[in-house]
Amino acid sequence: MNTRHLNTVWAVLLLATLATWAIGEIGDQLGIAGPLAMFLLLTISFVKGRLVVLDFMGLRGVKFFWRGLLIGWLLLVSALIAIAYWIALK
Amino acid sequence: MGQIKASRRHPGDTPGMDAAPAPSHPGHGPAAAPPGDLAIWFFILAELLAFGVFFAAYAFARAHDVELFDSMQQTLDRQAGALNTVLLISGSACVARAVEAVGRSRSATGARWLLAGIACGGGFLVVKGFEYADKFGAGINLSTNTFYMFYLSLTFFHFMHVILGMVILVALWVKTRQGAYGPADMNGIESGAAYWHMVDLVWIVLFPLVYVMR
Repeated sequence: MNTRHLNTVWAVLLLATLATWAIGEIGDQLGIAGPLAMFLLLTISFVKGRLVVLDFMGLRGVKFFWRGLLIGWLLLVSALIAIAYWIALK
Repeated sequence: MGQIKASRRHPGDTPGMDAAPAPSHPGHGPAAAPPGDLAIWFFILAELLAFGVFFAAYAFARAHDVELFDSMQQTLDRQAGALNTVLLISGSACVARAVEAVGRSRSATGARWLLAGIACGGGFLVVKGFEYADKFGAGINLSTNTFYMFYLSLTFFHFMHVILGMVILVALWVKTRQGAYGPADMNGIESGAAYWHMVDLVWIVLFPLVYVMR
C-alpha cells in the first residue's frame, strides 16, 4: 500500500464522516430523514468500514475468507440495525 | 505461524505500485493469512462479535422505546462525536502510514507516524472525557434511563479499547524507535496496528448508530 493511496483513503473517510455529521445536523432541512437517513447512514458506515478493513488493516490482497469475515461482520451488523429500525417504524 | 507469514507481501515489496487490488504475491495468488499474527485476528473477531451483539441490543432496545431514544439522543454532543470520529480515523491513517514506512525500512518515520496516532488517540480520550464530565455533571448515570444505560456502557466499553490500543501503540513506538521492526519482521507492528484499526472500525458503526440515527 503506497502513501498516496493511504492518503486518498484517509480523505475519503474524512469526507464520509462529514456526510454522516451533516445528515445529523441538517438532514431534516434537506429532506433526508427517517428511513432514507437510516439507509444513507448505514451505507456510509459500510463504505467507511470496508475501506478501513481493506486498506488500513491491509486485507485487500488477502484470501477472501478473512476479508469476508470482517466485511460480513459489517453487513450483519448493518442488517440487524436496519431490521430493528424497521420494527421501530411499525 | 512463520510458514503462513512467509507467503505474505510486505508494503515495501513493490514501491510505487498502484492502488489496484493486485494479488499480494504475484504468481502465488492472494496471501493466505492477514497481516500480523494470526492470534490477533481471532482476538479482533471476538471483539467484533462482542461489539456486534452490543450494537444489535441497542438497536432492538430502541425499537421498544423509540421516543425515549430519539429524545435522549438530542442531548448528546454530536459535534464531539464527529470530532472523535475524525480523530480515530486520522489515528488509524497515521498507524497505516507507520506500517508502510517501517515496511520500507524507515523506522524513524514510522515512529513519528505512531506518535501522531498516539496523539489522535489521546485527543479522543480528552474529548470523550469532556463528554462524560458533562453528563455526570448533569447527574446522568447508568440508571437514568435505558438510553443512557446503553450510551454509557457502550461508549465506555469502547473507551477502554481505545486505552488498550494506545498502550499497544506506545509499545510499538518504543520498539520502532529502537529499530526492532523492518521489512523482514513486520509481525509485531502489523498485529498492533490491526488492533488499533479494529477500535476505529467499531467507532465507525457506533457514531452514526448512537449519535445520529433517529
